[in-house]
Amino acid sequence: MDKKKESIWKRMGIGQLAIPLTALALLFLFNLIRDPGFFSVVVNINNSGNPVLGGNLISVINSASELAIISMGMTLVTAACGGQDISVGAVGAISASVFIKLLIGMGNVTAGTLTVATLACIATAVAFMMFNGTLVSVFRIQPMIATLILYSCGRSIAYWITGSATPQVDSPIITAIGMTIPGIPVPTPVFMVILVGVILAVIFKRTNTALYTQSVGINQGAARLNGISPTAVKMLAFGLLGVCVAVASVIATCRMSQVSHKTLLVDIEMDAILAVAIGGNSLGGGKFRMSGSILGAYIITMLTVTLLAMGINSVNIKAYKAVVIIIIVGAGSPVIKNRMILWRNRRSAAAVKGGAAS
Amino acid sequence: MKKLIALVLALALCLGMASFAAADDAKVKVGIINLDPSESGYREANVNDLHKVFTEENGYDASFVTAPTADKQLDAFNTFVNEGVDYILVSAAETTGWDEALAAAQEAGIGVFLFDRMIDCDPSLYLAAVVSDMTKEGETAVAWLESLNLEEYNILHIQGQMGSDAQIGRSTPLAEKAAADDKWTIVAEGTGGDSWSEDEARKIAEAAINEGKSFNIVYAENDGMARGVVAALDAAGITHGVEGDVKIMGFDCNKWALRLLLAGEWNYDGQCSPFQAEVIDGMIKTLKAGGQIEGLNEKNQYINEEKGFDATTITEDDVNTYGLGE
Repeated sequence: MDKKKESIWKRMGIGQLAIPLTALALLFLFNLIRDPGFFSVVVNINNSGNPVLGGNLISVINSASELAIISMGMTLVTAACGGQDISVGAVGAISASVFIKLLIGMGNVTAGTLTVATLACIATAVAFMMFNGTLVSVFRIQPMIATLILYSCGRSIAYWITGSATPQVDSPIITAIGMTIPGIPVPTPVFMVILVGVILAVIFKRTNTALYTQSVGINQGAARLNGISPTAVKMLAFGLLGVCVAVASVIATCRMSQVSHKTLLVDIEMDAILAVAIGGNSLGGGKFRMSGSILGAYIITMLTVTLLAMGINSVNIKAYKAVVIIIIVGAGSPVIKNRMILWRNRRSAAAVKGGAAS
Repeated sequence: MKKLIALVLALALCLGMASFAAADDAKVKVGIINLDPSESGYREANVNDLHKVFTEENGYDASFVTAPTADKQLDAFNTFVNEGVDYILVSAAETTGWDEALAAAQEAGIGVFLFDRMIDCDPSLYLAAVVSDMTKEGETAVAWLESLNLEEYNILHIQGQMGSDAQIGRSTPLAEKAAADDKWTIVAEGTGGDSWSEDEARKIAEAAINEGKSFNIVYAENDGMARGVVAALDAAGITHGVEGDVKIMGFDCNKWALRLLLAGEWNYDGQCSPFQAEVIDGMIKTLKAGGQIEGLNEKNQYINEEKGFDATTITEDDVNTYGLGE
């Protein structure tokens, strides 16, 4: 039975997703037992008179958007460089500042000005990420140390760009991006996740990016001997992460119609790294499954929303979250995995012995 | 030739010294140590206010230092003591570790003023501390709520950085009132975290709404978090403000928040005044004229006047006078 199940899982290509999928299933089960009302989805009429979906599940898929998008980019950087970028939140604050400053500077928010501001936002984030990428790929500085620079000074740069503590922009277009488009009850950020996911999927399908990234992550020297430039691959990973960060920062800005350089995407780097790890990806680089990281992002958010729904004060949530995450990450660790295999083998061996004795 | 140059240089030096001495006579030398202006809208307004008051025209020769950490602030403090300024103004990053530096300043005959933030030390080590009473802010807000005479008080309470002065001062009066009065219930409580995050506040409000908790008051401990809650209310179709079902309360009096008050979308905003420069300026001038600083309590504190604004009575003038930032 066990063996059969395993082969099915493998045949379906689930493999490393087994643990995150189990975790997600357990979270669903837990909520089902605790309060089935957790899953109720209602249609509210928002204060602008348009229908909007509401409920805990909607909160999860809506609130996880920024994290899911950044985790995708983080997966690529992790796979290519064997290290993580801890400056994503700070770079997000910078690109968001450019975005909102341009929107305010150009006066009216129209499709045109929005496009210009978004493109500038993406260009900014990509440029800063390229800076990180250069330090990592050309100067061979450890990713965490290289990105520590922007991690510590990025938010000051954002403040310098905004020039005041919280610039705001008031427009129905901005609300439509951050909340919902009138007539479409599903929160817009959800569509942005799908958009970024599809774009990355197409890139992976049409090009050898994934293969090259993995080979650089597994063995740089071997990749170079095969004609793959590790520098180019790493720069590409950081560039794509830049795009992800920019999109996430636009969502976060539009949610509140303002940029506060101190709070925008704050602490998201840790959750993003966690999402990559929960997704079963090795933080040491090499092979990766982007779907795992996306699952990880939703698991983290679902955990938070579950704890909030249980009425646990958010002061204590971090502690509860830590316990669950230790279990998930621990279950996926190679030591525990090997122990489990050993234990299972020993048990089946004992069963065989027992059978022979009778 | 060389001698000539030396002579010229020496002369120039003498002249320079003379001009310095002249400046010393006329101007009061002050060293001002503050926190980083990028910390918040409050700090930005505070730094600007000091720059506006301590000018040359006003009779000051002021040096400004902004530093986010206590060790950098202490370095600046010691430098000012060595330079021999007349007064040092400090808004400390940490409440402890200042005793030695303050004693050294006192020995050198330099007067120290604390502003905005207190330091844990003997009150005789500083001339005066011009500070806000955070508990008074909370009390003012709770008194305002009480004055509404509602049938029921079901409160969604969003707290700031746990353990910070502002959070404790704003939370305690509400918690005490809720414990004492049966009509007052805190239906949900959560914190925006160390950065007072808008998005965390939004999530807490969303969870409360999803769980069907009904509340008629939002008590958010700063404007940003109130904004986060309002985003959740808007999405769920819950009306708020003067005409709405839920009363929105914020703190800090950012200009944008006061405008929302004026528009009737929020109900109350509590001030935490960042304007201490004029009070200190007055004290220094009194001392210079040979007078005594008055209006201090037993801890040498001068408590800043603080207001709470109501959406039904706020005016355009209030927004422009008391609003922080743009």
